[in-house]
Amino acid sequence: MAKYIGKEFSRVDGVAKVTGTAKYAAEFHVPNLSHGYLVLSEIARGSIASIDTKSALKVPGVVRVFTHQNTPKSQNSDDKQFKALQSDAIVFNAQPVALVVAETFESAREAARLVKVTYRKEAPRTDVEALLPSATLAKADGFSGPPVQTVGEPDAAIKKAAVVIEADYTIPIEHHNPMEPHAAVAYWQDGKLKIFDKSQDVYNVRDHLAGTFGIPETDVEVVSPYVGGAFGCSIEPNYYPALTAMAARELQRPVKVVYTRRQMFTGHGYRPYTHQRVKLGAEKNGKLVAILHEATNNTSTVVSRGDSATRFTLKLYNCPNMKTTQKVVETDMGTPCAMRAPGAVSGMFGLESALDELSYKLGIDPMELRLINYAEHDPQTGKPFSSKALRECYSQAAKRFGWEKRTPEPRSMRDGKELIGYGMSTGVWYALQMPASVKVVLTAQGKAEVTSATSDIGPGTYTVMTMIAAEFLGLDAKDVTFGLGDTKMPKAPTQGGSWTTASVGSAIHGAADVIKGKLLEMANAQAASPFKDVAAEDLVLLDGRLQHKDKPQLGLRTTDILKRANMTELVQEYRSVPSKERDKYQTLAHGAQFVEVRVDEELGTVRVTRAVEATACGKIMNPKTSHSQEMGGVVWGIGMALTEATEVDHRYGRIMNPSLADYHVPCCADVMDITTDFVEEDDKIVNPLGVKGMGELGMVGIPAAIANAVYHATGKRMRELPITPDRMLKA
Amino acid sequence: MRAFEYTRADSVPGAVKTLSSNRHSTILAGGTNLLDLMKEDVERPDELVDITRLDLSEIRSTSSGISLGAGAKNTDTANHPLVRQGYPLLSQAILAGASQQIRNMASNGGNLNQRTRCGYFYDTAMPCNKREPGTGCGALGGLNRMHAIFGWSNDCVAVHPSDMCVALVALDAVVRVVGPDGKERSIPFANYHRLPEDRPSKDNTLEPGEVVVAIELPKNRLAGHSYYLKVRDRASYAFALLSVAAALELDGDVIKTARLAMGGVAHKPWRAVQAEDALVGQPATLETFQRAAEQAMKPARPLEHNAFKVELGKRAIVRALTQAQTGGLS
Repeated sequence: MAKYIGKEFSRVDGVAKVTGTAKYAAEFHVPNLSHGYLVLSEIARGSIASIDTKSALKVPGVVRVFTHQNTPKSQNSDDKQFKALQSDAIVFNAQPVALVVAETFESAREAARLVKVTYRKEAPRTDVEALLPSATLAKADGFSGPPVQTVGEPDAAIKKAAVVIEADYTIPIEHHNPMEPHAAVAYWQDGKLKIFDKSQDVYNVRDHLAGTFGIPETDVEVVSPYVGGAFGCSIEPNYYPALTAMAARELQRPVKVVYTRRQMFTGHGYRPYTHQRVKLGAEKNGKLVAILHEATNNTSTVVSRGDSATRFTLKLYNCPNMKTTQKVVETDMGTPCAMRAPGAVSGMFGLESALDELSYKLGIDPMELRLINYAEHDPQTGKPFSSKALRECYSQAAKRFGWEKRTPEPRSMRDGKELIGYGMSTGVWYALQMPASVKVVLTAQGKAEVTSATSDIGPGTYTVMTMIAAEFLGLDAKDVTFGLGDTKMPKAPTQGGSWTTASVGSAIHGAADVIKGKLLEMANAQAASPFKDVAAEDLVLLDGRLQHKDKPQLGLRTTDILKRANMTELVQEYRSVPSKERDKYQTLAHGAQFVEVRVDEELGTVRVTRAVEATACGKIMNPKTSHSQEMGGVVWGIGMALTEATEVDHRYGRIMNPSLADYHVPCCADVMDITTDFVEEDDKIVNPLGVKGMGELGMVGIPAAIANAVYHATGKRMRELPITPDRMLKA
Repeated sequence: MRAFEYTRADSVPGAVKTLSSNRHSTILAGGTNLLDLMKEDVERPDELVDITRLDLSEIRSTSSGISLGAGAKNTDTANHPLVRQGYPLLSQAILAGASQQIRNMASNGGNLNQRTRCGYFYDTAMPCNKREPGTGCGALGGLNRMHAIFGWSNDCVAVHPSDMCVALVALDAVVRVVGPDGKERSIPFANYHRLPEDRPSKDNTLEPGEVVVAIELPKNRLAGHSYYLKVRDRASYAFALLSVAAALELDGDVIKTARLAMGGVAHKPWRAVQAEDALVGQPATLETFQRAAEQAMKPARPLEHNAFKVELGKRAIVRALTQAQTGGLS
């Protein structure tokens, strides 16, 4: 009976975005703005021997050149992330070594070319395969736990297994490549800092900056209303906001810094290179008896960061003996960071490829193998799932795809010169919820202004929050505005982990519930209230009225309630937290992916001609933006499987393809027929709205499904991504 | 990018004069490559001579074939009826290159004069003899998957990135240029681009001050049987791992004339003349095509990461010839 929830709703910020009125970080033009341009190191490891800024300073318009010699130090020694211009040490290639600030961008850029830096070079270490023997256990991770986790006796079980698969899988470094480059505009007024930034978490940036400058957090305001894609690379504050704010403070005038596309490859983190070894043991009937999954990813010398590629391995299949190991290798590269479905998509490429290999060895249909090992409860903890419609996803997607037309033998399907392959995989992501706060201002004119310092990096947060507020406040969506991305607003969690709708949406839901109670009290303060002896839970806010659920004629206009109480507005802040009930359950979102590939074997080219995925992630709030999320996930999966790789010349430890021309994200011509279905789950355990993580889920199984389809088409098992024509020819 | 003078040429002689008087000047046409390179600090001209207002965009038929103005846009060239009907190979090749947006801006002359996409050339922190003579070749012992298998030297293993030029060399195009003396001269397309030898900084045989004004294509009987095949890492907006321009004139089943050229394999668009010789007079069969492909790839000297191009080249040649034989339909 919902008015908005579950129905298609166009983006409320769509017009602003396509007409250019939506302002992104670099577009905030403040008076007297100066422009910073970064100078990056030309070595990966060593130190700066000298910096000569004389020629740069002579360029007309140059205001100052900041180097490690004249840049104030961070006041926060606990903040271990890489910070720019703090010492002469070089820890990754294309690290910032100077910031030129000038009256114009052009002057700053020209002068940046004239900064002469000499180095004391040391041999860089960036080749993860060569460094694998130096791998160490990763640190425990808040979401995925300790680096080594064991269920049963996996080592003994694998030895006794009737059928064993053991294989290594690798993925290269990948970069997010959002359309919008990172940017900050910073200025100081009366000792207080205001900064426009591209961020997935304005509070995180605020705390980082307050620490850096040793000032109260309340003296920093971070504003980030629109983000042109981020996918994880704006979760950490990165080094440029502090650098921009530092320059603005030193110069006593506003400074803007915008990354170039080349700088986007070292100015933030990346999906790390990951080497995995998967061992599966099974009985002849397909029952898994052992899963051993070890993953090693590269990290920096600055911060050790495991990517948790094994994070879902113990949660997927009903197997009595399992072990996961997460390792890291130190490299002279920047620190990796979250990138859409971090760890999950990497690890599932290994695990779901290995399961596919096992299916052929056993002669069991790949989907059937997964059903044989279907987990009815969490295999690691024994907890029940709060909901799990994965079985329905398999059957629905298989049917829609036409899986039954698949002939099991590799190389058995062909159309002219092209070999056709069908492959499938499982997808999984969390159903997380984080504490989140919102503020609702309901006016006597019947409008609501809802704010929370979350972000909208593209999934449609503005839109879904407007829908949720309109739904539970009983207003027309036209009368609701939702504001985000400002530290003046109540605190919200990072937009990451696919938890925003569950977290911020639940807070809006909670606030609306409190408002309903308050309106009831206010109504009942009037002698003529129709609600005497009516409980709040029997009332709803609908069509601008507070009314009885079952007797809609029993009601009052909310505007009248406020006016009669002599109130111009009702202000309600609300903080929602995950329920204790959640702890009794394993809470996950699942999906099934099926893809068709066509392989031109002579030329080594692979096309993903069809992809069908069915996704079970609780309640679908807005099918329109939700399908968009899942389709985007499939496209990301196509890129990861077939085209994307950051290429490093290990002699220099330098990234050699830092451009959109040479780092190949899929283009429209690479993307063909994509179908995304949802299997809705009614799950009020995860959160009051019943929503689960969605944004990352859509890509998780796709790379494995594509590699599995390539095997089915050609008989070639591709264990190294991306599957480029040269690799196909060599296989 | 460094500060530069901007001059708008009012005539070809005027452009030539400016170019001749300032050896740090360069021509600006579509700017799709030059401006990128300037932003990356790879190209550092102190003067740009804008020729986009000159009357150089005409595409017309001549007594011997057609003439393509140097200033005509790639898109307009690819879609022109004279090109589509008489030289479909060229149309296909142009449309296989870059993206629609870039082709809309890029000029024919600029396509000839675009520079390599080698990552070491683009990165001023890296050694590159083409960008900075004497610094060495970064790609020779580095990431050279995209690089040359023919005609490279220890000084440079870069490839010419154009698709259009592969078709032009196959079609015996002629480049018309005007020099400082005001006279026009013709450069056969096969001689227009250079192999790197010990001077990779020089991409082509243009003399200082010379301006490309037109590209001429002689008449041929190849239009019915031609095909441009490009193998790349993604379906659009990617440079060729390898490409093949193939064109045949058939007399029944016998090959009367054959043209075969490759892209993504050398410092210049690579014409496989010996393979053409192996085709002429032979029946248009798979065996003939395979023999020609073997012949074409004989001089290949692959680098550490691009050995796949040798086998891929053979297969691509056979495929392109087969497609050409069947009328260019895939």
